[in-house]
Amino acid sequence: MSFGFFNYWIFIILLMIGLYTVMSRSNLVKKMIGLSLFQISVFLFYISMGKIDGGTAPIVVETGADGMAPVYSNPLPHVLILTAIVVGIATTALGLSLVVRIRETFGTIDEDEILEMEDKD
Amino acid sequence: MTALSSQFPIIVAIVPLLAAPICALFRGTTLPWAITTIISGITFYVSIQLMIAVIQGGPISYELGGWAPPWGIEYVVDLLSGFMLILISAISTGVLLFSRESITREVPDHQLGLFFAAYLLALTGMLGICITGDAFNVFVFLEIMSLSSYALIAMGANEDRRALTAAFQYLIIGTVGASFYLIGVGLIYMMTGTLNIADIAARFPEIEGARPILAAAGFIVIGLAIKLALFPFHVWLPNSYTYAPSIITAFFAGTATKVGVYLLIRFIFTVFGVNYSFGGLELTDILLPLAVLGFLSMSVVAIYQTNIKRLLAYSSVAQLGYIILGIALASESGLMATIVHIFNHAIVKSGLFLSVGCMFYVAGSVYLKDLHGIGRRMPVTTFGFVLGGLGLIGVPLTPGFISKWYLVVASIEHGGVIGYGLVALLMVSSLLAVIYIWRVVEVAYFRDIPEGAEKKEAPLSMLVPTWLFIAASFYFGIETTFNVGIAKATAAFLMGGS
Repeated sequence: MSFGFFNYWIFIILLMIGLYTVMSRSNLVKKMIGLSLFQISVFLFYISMGKIDGGTAPIVVETGADGMAPVYSNPLPHVLILTAIVVGIATTALGLSLVVRIRETFGTIDEDEILEMEDKD
Repeated sequence: MTALSSQFPIIVAIVPLLAAPICALFRGTTLPWAITTIISGITFYVSIQLMIAVIQGGPISYELGGWAPPWGIEYVVDLLSGFMLILISAISTGVLLFSRESITREVPDHQLGLFFAAYLLALTGMLGICITGDAFNVFVFLEIMSLSSYALIAMGANEDRRALTAAFQYLIIGTVGASFYLIGVGLIYMMTGTLNIADIAARFPEIEGARPILAAAGFIVIGLAIKLALFPFHVWLPNSYTYAPSIITAFFAGTATKVGVYLLIRFIFTVFGVNYSFGGLELTDILLPLAVLGFLSMSVVAIYQTNIKRLLAYSSVAQLGYIILGIALASESGLMATIVHIFNHAIVKSGLFLSVGCMFYVAGSVYLKDLHGIGRRMPVTTFGFVLGGLGLIGVPLTPGFISKWYLVVASIEHGGVIGYGLVALLMVSSLLAVIYIWRVVEVAYFRDIPEGAEKKEAPLSMLVPTWLFIAASFYFGIETTFNVGIAKATAAFLMGGS
């Protein structure tokens, strides 16, 4: 296990924790938390890929901090992930509002209880 | 090209996008519907113009904001995307013509403005996915489409509260699928440094042996398989289609999963290329068994349903099995069968769901037990359903026959035990389709009408669009120049371009 890929290991671990939470919890709010974690791990992946060791923000400067030619991090993945964050928030908001509606109509947010009630419908 | 027509590629995506918030401001039953129908009609007209331009002058490239690709976002219209644009906008317009009476019954009046705003956003997402030439832009449009479709499916809660849980389930599974796609695109960007689909495709041969690319291909194929409801990732589809409002089911059945298939074709044939997809990845070994298991098992499951919408939803998953089978055969004739079937199944299934929408409008239920004798209560609607059902089975003169014919041809061309085995399995699956359609026919014509049930047809404004779809399906089953001709040219273009 190379330490150089630390960020990517964390990305995969978070991804798996998120996916496991989505699959294993029957509480719908906990499912949404798992889903958020799942999405956020992807953000970490994109952010890590654009970062270069010692790289600075992509603003044109004469020389870097150590007097050498400047090294810039790649801004594009960071910009992309701004869009993905917006999508993630929209998903979370929509998911939670559905949970609110489910609570109003079924009186519970436990998936197993809801499934039981649905079978009777 | 005139000044306006040179802007057509962006108009297709941006007009419904801008119309959505305007639509959300209006109240009442007529105005939001009228705006949405007109906007959808405009996209249909523009799609046809784009297709004519593509046929005459080859693929169109449009630089968004004047930034040259690969730095800027590029919109590309080629034969495949033009074909999909026409299909989506046509089905959307047809469904909208039907929708007025049906949706005012199923959704409260004060929500109609927002309902049609979400509809326009879903339309934007689908058209955008097909027209964009940028892999990340695809993700954005995919999520625009998905988020609005979760909301639209949840609108069915006025009729049945299970729509809420169906929408939630779809949201969870759909987001996982979209995130997988996003990871795949990220890995491709790491290796190629570009997001432009044509640019990725050009650089792909240099890096196709790398392990991140293998992971990227895996994530993208699985992510899209979830989005297009490939067996065994289909669990979200039957619930969503069953509990969504009638017109939303009809709209999505024809378009939403087909957009996923479009993306899969795009990535397998344009980005990865045939050699890598079926040589390096051996996708046939994965997709072929899933497709076969899908159309066999889902046809069997469809037979046991008591709800017509659910029956048709399972049949949709089965039909997606045929569509994926064509891709899995990895030949020009297989791909052509896939494209023909995307078109034919979209028209037939939308028509069927619209006729079920008519039955729901009059009888107030889509359960078989409540529809006894519906064939005598609503003869015109039910006859339309039966004709659509024949198309689903694949009786000659219907479009289902055309696409199954080409699938059989592609299977035989594949040859060997697998090829002839596939032909046999396709026959078995068609017989299963006969059984599940027959169940509806039996209930509709051979059961007694329950006492007190009135003999009444759905309003003309619903019957005419339904029959438009049914008639169109027969037209394209007999006069196949458009669908088969374009599919043939597209398949040759995709196989040759790789």
